[in-house]
Amino acid sequence: MSGKTYDAIIVGGGHNGLTTAAYLAKAGLDVVVVEKNAFVGGAAVSLELHQGWVYSNCSYVCSMMRQSIHRDLDLTRHGLILVPYLGTVNFGDDGQTLIDYPNEEAAHLELKRHSPHDADSMHRFQADLGRYAQFIRKTLLRTPPDPTSIRPRDIRELLFLGKQIWSLGEREMYEYVRFFTMSAADFLEDYFENDLIKAAMASPGIIGTALGVYSPGSAYILLHHVMGDVDGNIGAWGLARGGMGAISEAIASAAREHGAEIRTDAGVAQILVKEGKAAGVALENGDELSARIVVSNLDAKRTFTRVMDKKDLPPGIYEKAKNFKIRGSSGKVNIALDGLPRFTGVPDNRYINRGGQGFTGSLETMERAYDCWKHGRWSEDPFVESVIPSAWDPTVAPPGKHWMSNFVQYCPPRLAEGPWTPEERDAFGQAVVDKIERYSPGFKDLIVHMEIRTPHELEQEVGLTEGNIFQGELTIDQLLFNRPFPGYAQYRMPVRNLYMCGSSTHPGGGVSSACGANAAREILMDLKRPNTVPEDDFYDE
Amino acid sequence: MLVLESADTVGGLAGSREFHDGFNVPVAHSVNHFSQKIANDLDLAKHGFPASGKSLPAIGLSADGSHVVVQGNQVLGVDTSDAEAFPRFMAQMQRFATALKPFWLKTIPRAAPGKLLDMATFARIGLKLRLLGKEEMREFMRIATLPARDLVDEKFEDERLKAMLCWDGLIGSKMAPRSPNNAILPMLYRMSGGCAGEPCQLIEALHASARAAGAEIRTGATVDRVLVRADQEGLRAHGVILAGGEQIEADRVISSADPQTTFIRLVGIEHLEIQFTNRIRRLRSDGQVAKLHLALSGLPEFTGLNQPNGRMLIAPEMDAIEFAFDHAKYGECTTSPVMEIVIPSLADSSLAPEGQHVLSAHVMYAPYRLKGGWSDAACETLRENAIDTIARYAPGIRELIKHSELLTPADLERRYHLTGGHWHHTEYALDQLLMMRPTYEAAQYSTPLPGLYLCGAGCHPGGDLTGGPGHNAAQEILR
Repeated sequence: MSGKTYDAIIVGGGHNGLTTAAYLAKAGLDVVVVEKNAFVGGAAVSLELHQGWVYSNCSYVCSMMRQSIHRDLDLTRHGLILVPYLGTVNFGDDGQTLIDYPNEEAAHLELKRHSPHDADSMHRFQADLGRYAQFIRKTLLRTPPDPTSIRPRDIRELLFLGKQIWSLGEREMYEYVRFFTMSAADFLEDYFENDLIKAAMASPGIIGTALGVYSPGSAYILLHHVMGDVDGNIGAWGLARGGMGAISEAIASAAREHGAEIRTDAGVAQILVKEGKAAGVALENGDELSARIVVSNLDAKRTFTRVMDKKDLPPGIYEKAKNFKIRGSSGKVNIALDGLPRFTGVPDNRYINRGGQGFTGSLETMERAYDCWKHGRWSEDPFVESVIPSAWDPTVAPPGKHWMSNFVQYCPPRLAEGPWTPEERDAFGQAVVDKIERYSPGFKDLIVHMEIRTPHELEQEVGLTEGNIFQGELTIDQLLFNRPFPGYAQYRMPVRNLYMCGSSTHPGGGVSSACGANAAREILMDLKRPNTVPEDDFYDE
Repeated sequence: MLVLESADTVGGLAGSREFHDGFNVPVAHSVNHFSQKIANDLDLAKHGFPASGKSLPAIGLSADGSHVVVQGNQVLGVDTSDAEAFPRFMAQMQRFATALKPFWLKTIPRAAPGKLLDMATFARIGLKLRLLGKEEMREFMRIATLPARDLVDEKFEDERLKAMLCWDGLIGSKMAPRSPNNAILPMLYRMSGGCAGEPCQLIEALHASARAAGAEIRTGATVDRVLVRADQEGLRAHGVILAGGEQIEADRVISSADPQTTFIRLVGIEHLEIQFTNRIRRLRSDGQVAKLHLALSGLPEFTGLNQPNGRMLIAPEMDAIEFAFDHAKYGECTTSPVMEIVIPSLADSSLAPEGQHVLSAHVMYAPYRLKGGWSDAACETLRENAIDTIARYAPGIRELIKHSELLTPADLERRYHLTGGHWHHTEYALDQLLMMRPTYEAAQYSTPLPGLYLCGAGCHPGGDLTGGPGHNAAQEILR
């Protein structure tokens, strides 16, 4: 090792890694981010994979981004513009459509057309979910306590959580327990009777997770519906103008402005440990960089089983990392279109042909797609959730042309017969296109370019183990003080001077920057530097 | 003290029933963890329940005769690495089970503001776990909600062994090895130890003990309604009305029926507050287990097994359980059922005529809400599939069958007045356990209707033959 010693090396330039870098640099530290790809952003990127189309080829919508970070890092000045998008159409298995109009009264009438009972229940459902989300939102920019510890800070944080729970009152407390442990299907059963409405509401409960809507624990994931906000608009979903890469670029720009160095095409071969302390990294090109601390933005499994030497780890850690649940379950098909597709049974309205589309008509269809995943197959009748960002953001496709992002659940990381082959990948993409064609005759003829991504591609390109989009399953055994492992949930890892800042840590996946910000706060505390990370601002409803 | 039982004999699901000339069997076919404390309190040994303390070995059947046998902390028939890992795994699970054990026989208090003193019970649970050590407590917090599959996948290689271990977390519930959240606590509950023995003997001993203590027991007496009257203080349970119209007055009515039967049918929703009623209505109580009874002219021979003396599991791999469950999710019945088989007549020869035997099997998954309903044809199909499945492991069994009977969850509901035909009265799920079982306001054995109490499996600690709910209810009532 030669040359200078950095204060901190961030391994991996995903949005969380960049966030950590920005806050450490803001505190005056000498920081370098090393990223294996030629571009930063990890899974929040915009790439030109077909001439004229620059699109988010992985993560595609934005709602979890912490507003306080957005403002604190002045990301708008660094070029980030979030555009809320409105209106979603859900297509039933029987030719029915369910349209979520931006106009509240129209939306209510539309629900009523399917089920008057459900139209009434919707208010109760939205209010309940909103309350549950509010609770989680309060924990996002906080470090989870260690319940086994008696350090004042842990006790304080535990009391904070306890107080939040206690203040709910008895009845609410039990409703929360129910919501956080039950299945999405059972939860929706309490409110709705119509299959299509249930399916429309359930979709966030399965995205990215290797669970089905019938699996206990999936109700909690429904919160992704309402947990986020777009610039203070709670529950709204948005697109980043110019694609998700705009988020990463803005954070990177903020980090650079504060003095951080960002190196691309610099994949890390190994995290170096000297005398039991993380001391630097060896790059794939042979260079070595040294630093006082190393922060891994990689997922927990990759960090401990791929870029670290087992002998550098305390006993048991390698096994913990091996058992860390990080299961690929999602695929994506990005389609460049010659024009805006038309959908059967959908009136030509300036919102609804352009917002999102859900192509799954019942919980049973969703669950059956999950069953296929268990068998190591993709579903012939997959769960597809789509959005046409080019209808809202003219920068992502040439004039008059469009880009459609299709998120597919479920797609196994390996097939029962073995690893993915290009032929099978194409067949998987074809199943998705065939499904859309059913609702949009002539759709196939509009296709000018198609990029099919299975968990295999996601792992190869972004580096997410098994292609899990959340860097680890969001189940209770891997949430809060259990994330990534019990005892190591406070961003400090079992090797001294090693930290983690990716979605494998609390609060988990989603483009929120919360993991990165929390990690920075802990690091600054250890280095006895003033904190630069803002508190979250949330609203009491 | 008067006990009213609708059937002609006591015991409910654990009571023995003649299903064919001279052949008897209870629905619940083994006692594995009846509370030792209750057995001592009630002097059950004197009344004829010779608790051995040693439960039947579990035998994971293989069609080729290479079985896996689990007895206590030892396992036979697996590779050395699994055989060595097994006692370690069991010891750790036992430590967790032991830490939790005292709380199965305690009322779990309401977590209500203003009841801070009651919170001592929760503090004690926390302390018990913390006393296991930091690492152990952390491990407990991690595994408490794991799917059974993830837990055993971390420790073992052998699919048969893994399927067997999953079984004890799942049996009777609407879940499969991959289902998160609700498998590990029941597993630990079943590992907490206690008396093992024969259900019929247990029921007879309990019956005798209750009579000796002065309780009057009337069978064939179906309760139609709980008698509710209003006085100055509001509504109150004052007794019951029997199906024949007979009215029996009492200061307290204690229901061992499931919560939905108790509140909706016996009390009536007109006597309850609407939010409470809604919570009772939405309890998840769909049974998933069918019961197969075979009257056999001789002892069946299982390939590779000297004596079919154990809890025999037909679940060759975890996926066999998972995929059987996948059908049940959609209200279909699997064609490849998984099951637990016992031949109770080996331990208790009075169940069958001399030299003959009874085979008792829990068959999963048979959904209560079968699409199209449980028609005769549907029952017949499941029965044949189940027998065919057994015949793969005991090839000569068909020739021994004198009579067979299949009880679907719908039959169990009809016969035992058991909502959904659910063994545990209502699902084992985190939100329906502890101070939430069956729902808050009725989880400390008293109910919103003064004078009415619960004492069945729908209360903490839940189902299986443990005596826990009855014990805890008595404790609360006496307090």
